[in-house]
Amino acid sequence: MQWNSWGEFFAMGGYAGYVWGSFGLTLLALAWEVFALGLRRRKAIGRVRQVQSWAGQGLEHKE
Amino acid sequence: MSAVNWFKYAAPQTFYVLAGRWIPWLYAVAILLAITGVYIGFAMAPTDFQQGEAYRIIFVHVPAAWMSMVIYLAMAFWAAAGLVFNTRLSSMMAQALAPTGALFTVLALVTGSLWGKPTWGAWWVWDARLTSELILLFLYIGFIALRASIDNPLRADRAAAVLAIVGAVNVPIIYFSVRWWNTLHQGASINMSSAPKMATTMLAGMLVMALAGWIYSIAVALVRVRCIILERERHAMWVRQLEEVQP
Amino acid sequence: MAAILIEIVRRDLLLAVRRSADVATVLIFFVVVASLFPLAGNPDPVVLRNLAPGVLWVSALLACLLSLPRIFAGDYADGSLEQMAIAPQPLSLLVLGKIFAHWLVSALPLVLLAPLLGLQYGLQGEPLLVLVAALLLGTPTLSLIGAIGAALTLGGRGGGALLPVLVLPLYIPVLIFGAGAVVASQAGLEVRAYFLLLGACFLLSLVVAPWATAVALRIALE
Repeated sequence: MQWNSWGEFFAMGGYAGYVWGSFGLTLLALAWEVFALGLRRRKAIGRVRQVQSWAGQGLEHKE
Repeated sequence: MSAVNWFKYAAPQTFYVLAGRWIPWLYAVAILLAITGVYIGFAMAPTDFQQGEAYRIIFVHVPAAWMSMVIYLAMAFWAAAGLVFNTRLSSMMAQALAPTGALFTVLALVTGSLWGKPTWGAWWVWDARLTSELILLFLYIGFIALRASIDNPLRADRAAAVLAIVGAVNVPIIYFSVRWWNTLHQGASINMSSAPKMATTMLAGMLVMALAGWIYSIAVALVRVRCIILERERHAMWVRQLEEVQP
Repeated sequence: MAAILIEIVRRDLLLAVRRSADVATVLIFFVVVASLFPLAGNPDPVVLRNLAPGVLWVSALLACLLSLPRIFAGDYADGSLEQMAIAPQPLSLLVLGKIFAHWLVSALPLVLLAPLLGLQYGLQGEPLLVLVAALLLGTPTLSLIGAIGAALTLGGRGGGALLPVLVLPLYIPVLIFGAGAVVASQAGLEVRAYFLLLGACFLLSLVVAPWATAVALRIALE
């Protein structure tokens, strides 16, 4: 183990902003990507339902 | 044992269901690998003599840079396969990989800049690695912009495939030319450490993180490809009969 | 084979002569852009000599880019491109002829004009010769790679900004080797390696570009 205390660990030898900034930004970006994909999927499913309901009313919609 | 019929899996219908089953596992493995990598990188890897703790940024910077290149090549491969074999799913795969690749390229640039500030004293240095990443980002943007400019998805697939192939042929030349141009650069990332040889734990941390990035990219690409299938094939009967679509 | 190639080049040259104002515009653009840099910065001869290789190459790159849409836009609009696509000759051969004509009309004048701008930037003697020679060897590659972009953006709704976004990153190796040759010659170094690399880029693009352009044109014509 490289660290004597949690404080030392979080300080990162004075480079805390750079090190934690890099890891934090990466985590944030990847979490955002997963979240955005969730939204996209919900939207896509909504559009399929719409097509489905048109078909149910006998309105076959071709693009 | 008879030969597996691979083209069965090339049908979006089969693939959609199969990918849906893999995604949770892939996410779980990616998270476990990332935690292991971070543990190796922060708890086991020693402090660098010259750069102090700032060097620990390589545990996210180098894997992101690797992923940005690997994903470009994978994207070009699937695009080419779609162009040659005319399989819709291959082209969708290429389309699904592009945003993730571009994201990793941006992350490689941002973390490289965060690493550069304490190491070189400047946010941006025209070193070979950062410059190549920047050009790679331009190539990704070109691919995405070209797709976006063509309304017909099948035409967009084929046009983007041509661009991806030309880009993939160009990538090694661009890398070589940028290295040539910048003879003062720091050296390949693996030999980056100022120590005579890089500690094994450092290398292990980077490799585990790269593997996590790899699995994450596959998972995210599968999620996105499923979205693309839903969007493009929403008039197909099998899509309308999917369980998740029922009200 | 050779006859059809000559015929295509002859036809495109004739069309270019009839619309010679377009050709002149590209040249004027080249001169204007190259003249902006001393005004935007320091006209000190030493500074200008350091800027010269990069500025002249980038200006040539942009001027070449400006002329790219013309390779296929006219033929696409009047339907002659479709005739070429169904012609018995391979489309990539016809494309090669069109690219060569584009180079003769749009890039060669830039190369011939470059020494004049080089003098404005204080280039003399060997560096000036190297600049012209590097442009002569590099601009065909620019036309070849640019043709792929011009074909890909045909009929899309990307607008004028899409083509530069697609093509400029692919131009970077030529820019590096071309401008690098002039810099090396200014420093009194050997420039042979730069020319070999420029030649290699040219040969590779000569193999890849006509094929890729033909594929892209067929996609645009679907």
